[in-house]
Amino acid sequence: MAETIATREAYGKALAEFGAKYENLVVLDADLANATKTDTFKKVFPERHIECGIAEANMMCIAAGLSTCGYIPFASTFAMFASGRAFEQVRNSIGYPHMNVKIGATHAGVTVGEDGASHQCNEDIALMRTIPGMMVIVPSDAVEARAAVEAAIKHTGPVYLRFGRMAVPVINDTPSYKFEAGRGILMADGTDVTIVATGLMVEVSLRARDLLANEGISARVVNIHTIKPLDEEIILDSAKKTGAIVTAEEATVVGGLGGAVSELLSEKLPTPVVKLGINDVFGQSGPAKALLGFYGLTAENVAAKAKAAIALK
Amino acid sequence: MDKSKENELRRTATDIRIGIVDAVYSAQSGHPGGSLSIADIMTYLYFEEMNVDPTNPKAEGRDRFVLSKGHTSPALYSTLANRGYFPVEDLKTFRHLGSYLQGHPDMKGIPGVDMSSGSLGQGLSVACGMALAGKMKGASYRVFAVVGDGEAEEGQIWEAIMFAAHYKLSNLTLIIDQNGLQIDGKTSDVMNTSPLDEKLEAFGWDVTNLENAHDFNEIESVFAARHGVKSDKPYAIIAHSHKGRGVSYMEDQAGWHGKAPNEEQYKQAIAELTAYRESI
Repeated sequence: MAETIATREAYGKALAEFGAKYENLVVLDADLANATKTDTFKKVFPERHIECGIAEANMMCIAAGLSTCGYIPFASTFAMFASGRAFEQVRNSIGYPHMNVKIGATHAGVTVGEDGASHQCNEDIALMRTIPGMMVIVPSDAVEARAAVEAAIKHTGPVYLRFGRMAVPVINDTPSYKFEAGRGILMADGTDVTIVATGLMVEVSLRARDLLANEGISARVVNIHTIKPLDEEIILDSAKKTGAIVTAEEATVVGGLGGAVSELLSEKLPTPVVKLGINDVFGQSGPAKALLGFYGLTAENVAAKAKAAIALK
Repeated sequence: MDKSKENELRRTATDIRIGIVDAVYSAQSGHPGGSLSIADIMTYLYFEEMNVDPTNPKAEGRDRFVLSKGHTSPALYSTLANRGYFPVEDLKTFRHLGSYLQGHPDMKGIPGVDMSSGSLGQGLSVACGMALAGKMKGASYRVFAVVGDGEAEEGQIWEAIMFAAHYKLSNLTLIIDQNGLQIDGKTSDVMNTSPLDEKLEAFGWDVTNLENAHDFNEIESVFAARHGVKSDKPYAIIAHSHKGRGVSYMEDQAGWHGKAPNEEQYKQAIAELTAYRESI
């Protein structure tokens, strides 16, 4: 059993690590530093941690102002408030002027767990990717989360980083692992169907691939950690080679990774696409793992969707 | 202030008003009322108060300006043009397809614009971020933000007001353009934001009232009063102004919030402003 670490934990650690190297890195919070794990950074660099109180809209614009003066701000709060409550501030004061602001959104998706629907943001991927020039990254594990933070620092422009509350297995601790923003990763090859996954669904999809193999089905698994800009090449190549696609994300099936992949393929290489995600409903309270099961974000269901995609060929 | 300096500022402010009218007439769109109400303050900021250099608009040590009430972009653009950031003639391309003079301030394309704005309530927060950056760096630049009295209905303005006091942003000056009017009528009828001075004091700011925001002697006194003052509070100026100031038929008329003059009205406005300029 692989080690499990929440991507929010890795986010906090990465900030503390890179804070030493980048003296212009500052972190903003809206009374959630203990939960977003930015308190890890705060302990090491208290003078570069800016508490904004429970005022997310203001925080996003404070970050914008700091960025115009040479700082690299990471504005942190739950995904619901970062992409939802402060959407228009992010759109107009960060996106439109293309500010060098990084949004560290934690507690995304249903794995928030017991807090329930009000805090389970399934819409953030869809919302953030509509903003021109916004990079959207959804790391699949702790290794990728750290790499994504570094890539965000090196990228000039706005970045939305999506992290989770629940501990997830580490899958990228390999010597060959290389993170490149905007480039998908071929996790495992296959010929009958491609599972295009993001976030914690990458690991789930790898397990689904094993289930499919037991039935004699060869599935390719692609990790799309950067939803925007989308790696069109790897998706078109996968569609061409396998002829059927399943998208898997811990987010609404409306407009997220599934939407992005469908938009691409419908115009450039029409291919059957079956979308797996939260099926246009609100979440509910419950243990995170139980919720993944309830909403069908399981290896068994990914495998079932893969077969459905193959049937559409 | 000696008379010759005052007259020079009055002439400049009139040129800026002419630019505002030209821009809005040319676009047949835009917001003349609230642009004219801040023309004198904009003149004083860019020609007297702020440390800026049109030949080096992004100089690191410059004072920063955020027009939080971004719909009054004609005032900012005309001020920047008259200050030498870009040709005055370009004001006539305002809001035209392909022009860099966008309907609301766009920092990416317009020399001298420190922040894109237009969606009300956000600019003051950005100004707070700039001021905090200055404090963190130990830089000596100051940050100025102009907010409308109607804009103060936005909740985020009060989030920013709390933030500025909490972080002791004494390098921040907020100017609230209290012209008393907004699109739907009198601010006191639409959603009363008064008394702004008492509210800001309660939020922990140094506050002063600028009783006549169109008198350069008074304008100078409220800015000069801040110089050399040791305070750990941000500074707010409640600027009592007249919407549409300088064009007789626009003055104190909510109807001229966001409307362009027709040809006859345009000619009258230019005639009035030109005559006023010559009388100085």
